[in-house]
Amino acid sequence: MLSVSNLSCVRGERRLFSGLRFDLAPGEWLHVQGENGAGKTTLLRALVGLSPPADGDIRWRGESIRRLGEDYRREMLYLGHYGAVKEELTPLENLQLAAALDGRNLDDREAIATLHRFGLKGREELPVRFLSAGQKRRVLLARLVTRQAVLWVLDEPFTALDVKAVDMLSALISEHLAGGGLAILTSHQTMPIAGGRAIKL
Amino acid sequence: MSALLAIVRRDLLLAMRRKSEVLTALFFFIIVVSLFPLGIGPEPQLLKKIAPGVLWVAALLATMLSLNRLFATDHADGTLEQLVLSPTPLGLLVAGKIAAHWLTSGLPLVLLAPVLGLQFDLEASALGVLVGALLLGTPLLSLIGAIGAALTLGVRGGGVLLSLLVLPLYIPALIFGAGAVEAHISGLGAGGHLSLLAALLALAAFFAPWATTAALRIALE
Amino acid sequence: MNNRLINWFKFASPQSFYPLAGKMIPWFWALAAVFGVVGLWISFFAAPTDAQQGEGYRIIFLHVPASWMSMFIYLVMAAWAGLGLTLNTRLSGMMAQALAPTGALMAFLSLWTGALWGKPMWGAWWVWDARLTSELILFFLYIGFIALQAAIDDPRRADKAGAILALVGVVNIPIIYFSVKWWNTLHQGASVSLTRSPSMAQTMLWGMLVMALCFWMYSIAVALMRVRAIILERETHTEWVKELDEVKR
Repeated sequence: MLSVSNLSCVRGERRLFSGLRFDLAPGEWLHVQGENGAGKTTLLRALVGLSPPADGDIRWRGESIRRLGEDYRREMLYLGHYGAVKEELTPLENLQLAAALDGRNLDDREAIATLHRFGLKGREELPVRFLSAGQKRRVLLARLVTRQAVLWVLDEPFTALDVKAVDMLSALISEHLAGGGLAILTSHQTMPIAGGRAIKL
Repeated sequence: MSALLAIVRRDLLLAMRRKSEVLTALFFFIIVVSLFPLGIGPEPQLLKKIAPGVLWVAALLATMLSLNRLFATDHADGTLEQLVLSPTPLGLLVAGKIAAHWLTSGLPLVLLAPVLGLQFDLEASALGVLVGALLLGTPLLSLIGAIGAALTLGVRGGGVLLSLLVLPLYIPALIFGAGAVEAHISGLGAGGHLSLLAALLALAAFFAPWATTAALRIALE
Repeated sequence: MNNRLINWFKFASPQSFYPLAGKMIPWFWALAAVFGVVGLWISFFAAPTDAQQGEGYRIIFLHVPASWMSMFIYLVMAAWAGLGLTLNTRLSGMMAQALAPTGALMAFLSLWTGALWGKPMWGAWWVWDARLTSELILFFLYIGFIALQAAIDDPRRADKAGAILALVGVVNIPIIYFSVKWWNTLHQGASVSLTRSPSMAQTMLWGMLVMALCFWMYSIAVALMRVRAIILERETHTEWVKELDEVKR
């Protein structure tokens, strides 16, 4: 469903990688590996359409992602390094507003249920800045469930998570893949999730 | 449409929870306006003459100060990236953010200006024209300022550079806005100035979100 | 500019443009010199003494061409920048970057010559007439463009951001000019104006045109020299730059 050919990216004057190619089908996930500075984040940002690559072609369902534009973004969710939550808002507000910005109406019940699933029971109405780093991360990850995207592009998703949360996230990803979803991850950990391939930058 | 309302609501909510930012810009406005009589002298005739210009320049500067919170905080915590990646057209979200910015920085200026205008002994009708001109002008300032804010996102020397870029572009608004009040006072009627201001607002409302969107994408590359 | 006549796609790469520019530069300097000599001769000798303003008015032969060029260069700069933005060509952005300082210089020259004209004529170093004030604002726009590009580290982002600023500026220039003119007529009424000079004698007009051509050729020559320097700076990591004689030395 996602096919990448002849991809090359530069940062400043340095060519990070070139001639990259891979195909990803439903149920598969890609583990992007490499040292710090190798270009993992740059690759992910190119794949989601934030930075146009220096060269190459990225296709979703056979069409170039640049031409698809909105249609691609609707089916894709990118969670990067940043917290990407508003610290002054509560987890509940964050989730509901994020959904509204995506054009979806998320009612209280569903939002609260999702937050409970991510272990944030009792903290739904507390401004995010009062939460711990791990809890903030979990508010962000809750969007994986509420957004219902087909392709998940996650940059170091296991950062700041405790063992229980790591297991929960891995299970979530496996569930997503089993349902026909796709995922691209960078992580320094090895992940016990089936159906994966690795590329090293 | 619901996405547009959502972003306006979100930014208003954030402004409410970070009231100090909004209030400091307002106090800046008040202080700057008070500086002029202190620098020039309290002669009533003179103050009455310079009042429209002073109030407008102070409004420009206060708007300038508040521009950096339009995109910078979203950029720093990563939510701007999420806005760009949202399936909703970015132009719509940008328009919403600019509208929210005006509600929290421009509208208070419009409401505060006539009160300060009393300090300069402007008559009621002149104050009315002032409010009308600012009502048309402050959204214009937010729109043009948004382009500058997007261009200088994350750039060294951001605040001062932003002023350098945006203040020349603010000059037509200043000329027509202050001119409207002066024209009214001198009996010529403010109609011409106000309609030109309205025309500029319409033009900016059309082009500025578009230019801002392009600038944001470039900033995030 | 002139290389539109040739199939310019061939020269759209910095590598092929570099030697071409190098060859063109001396010709433009020569043209600038020729036009300059003719223009200055007309300014000082051929043009008659003005009845009202005496000899001092001759600075108009620098002031007006400089104003024209400052406007013209901004348009060309914005055009190159816009081209670079839409076609994603590096060289277009470099040309815009190369033109900006020269345009700013023209604006600055126009402001100074305006002041030098104003002082003996109207007794003031600066008059807030519509033309001078608009020129001042144009100067600010140039400085803003240069400052923005200087502040952004990544050259590609600097090109694109500068392009948007230049295009916004181009749209705003007529608006600014109109508003300043409006402001000026309302406030000063029938007062001094550096542009409201009596009808020009034929020779005066010729003098200004020739000087304008001189400035134009100068601008092209300088812009080409600057763009070569920018090319060297930005492409230092490429093979062909390392092979150049200038770099090897």
